[in-house]
Amino acid sequence: MPGHAVDKRDQAWRRVAVAVPYLWLLVFFLAPFAIILKISLADPVIAQPPFTPTFDEHGDLSASADNFRFLLTDKLYAVTYLRSLFMAATATVLCLILGFPMAYGIARSNPATRSLLLLLIVLPFWISFLLRVYAWMGLMNNYGVINNLLIWLGAIDQPIQLLYTDFAVFVGLAYSYLPFMILPLYATLERMDLDLVEAAQDLGASRTRAFWDVTWPLARPGVIAGCLLVFIPAMGEYVIPYLLGGPESLLIGRVLFDEFFVNRDWPLASAVAIVLLLLLVVPIVILQRNQAKDQGDAA
Amino acid sequence: MRQQSRFVLSTLAFGYAFLYIPLVLVVVYSFNDSAIATVWGGFSTRWYGELLRNEQILDAALLSLRVAFTSATLATLLGTMAGLVLARFGRFRGRNLFTGMITSPMVMPEVITGLSLLLLFVTLQQLTGWPGQRGFTTIAIAHTTFSMAYVAVIVQSRLMSMDESLEEAAMDLGGTPLRVVFDITLPLIAPAMVAGWLLAFTLSLDDLVIASFVSGPGSSTLPMYIFSKVKLGVSPDINALATLIIAVITLGVLIAWMATRRIR
Repeated sequence: MPGHAVDKRDQAWRRVAVAVPYLWLLVFFLAPFAIILKISLADPVIAQPPFTPTFDEHGDLSASADNFRFLLTDKLYAVTYLRSLFMAATATVLCLILGFPMAYGIARSNPATRSLLLLLIVLPFWISFLLRVYAWMGLMNNYGVINNLLIWLGAIDQPIQLLYTDFAVFVGLAYSYLPFMILPLYATLERMDLDLVEAAQDLGASRTRAFWDVTWPLARPGVIAGCLLVFIPAMGEYVIPYLLGGPESLLIGRVLFDEFFVNRDWPLASAVAIVLLLLLVVPIVILQRNQAKDQGDAA
Repeated sequence: MRQQSRFVLSTLAFGYAFLYIPLVLVVVYSFNDSAIATVWGGFSTRWYGELLRNEQILDAALLSLRVAFTSATLATLLGTMAGLVLARFGRFRGRNLFTGMITSPMVMPEVITGLSLLLLFVTLQQLTGWPGQRGFTTIAIAHTTFSMAYVAVIVQSRLMSMDESLEEAAMDLGGTPLRVVFDITLPLIAPAMVAGWLLAFTLSLDDLVIASFVSGPGSSTLPMYIFSKVKLGVSPDINALATLIIAVITLGVLIAWMATRRIR
């Protein structure tokens, strides 16, 4: 704050304001990752806690990349990571296909309706995530509403298996993460100058052409933010595949959870987490760059 | 007002139906008399009565509310400081790391956050003896850590949208930076702090995965209890519980919405 002599008390206040949240995050956010890394290099033992110390009784370093070697050579894990990538990517595309026209419609509606429409997007986000996933269990059950409706309509005569399939997982992911896609899309579309689209159309561009050449590029920061906000958490999702997916549809979040709690193999669970994190570093960095740039543009 | 295309309108209708039909059905089925949750057996409120007699649910709800209140308050304190630092303090050493640590917990998959915090608590216990047992304290710390990020972002964006002229005027009139923060900045960002607190409170009430990692034996939060039940399938008393939660939250959000509209 230029032009003012900053006295000692204010210097102290600035230090405190930076130091308190900084220290909290160092201890409870950054340090835990160092610990995960350390334990992922240990071996499992039957003890409390169930892993070998980093330095053995002679003070020698005891670390090995065995867990990572195992993850890379055992086909089960590679397949599970790929399945998770595929499921998260598909859910992201589904959210984008449904979310883009919705965000567009909300941004173009008149102000009074708009605030109600936005409220209705945010409201499910406040209602328990777990209960919203649970709601689909009743819907997709063999004797649930969807099957009963289809039978009543005469479309099928036997209930079809919906629950405990990949289809149910896609529906659950798209349903739960849709608001995360719509809100950033809405924020960019609302800022967009509609005259640009009209100008393009006046100059002879078709509606499709105007969309791909004008609307889409302008909406890009919102598309990137929305897609990553869906994709990143969906990669590690545990609850949705557990409640809606079949027993054979193992995803990486479930594998991590089971390695830790069922097999009590803490080092392997840590290694699974590290590899998942490495897969997500690139999307997370892109997201942060995108947000910083977007904020710069808006200011 | 421009005409919306038919495609956009039908997607909107489909999207809102997709978001709300499952919730409406849970509410309807909570009044189902039948013990088999998928068969309609007439109207009844018996599941609500059973809910109130279920002590496990009440204990779990109480623990969840205590954790949510504590962690939301701590998160608002820490998150407001962080938001202020990000929006008003300019550059300082370690700012990039700070920004990264603020925004990362929001997108970090829950299984990673949960595992990393549990391993931290186990290591701390080995080294210092604290925390002796996991439960209320460890869950509250974990929830504070991820929800302070949301508070920081809300406060920061509120500060960014406000121009600094009021604060500068107060300084020109002789206010010290510390007094300006308390007399001018904090009252201006109070709505953002309230919004942040409410968001942190709901996020904490909602969390299952992180709490499952960092809680100890004997301390179950409400989502942990619900999850242990719905794993086995649809159950009528959970429908009743869900309906109560949906009703309370919808009412709260509607009141908040109308209040902010009146202010504008």
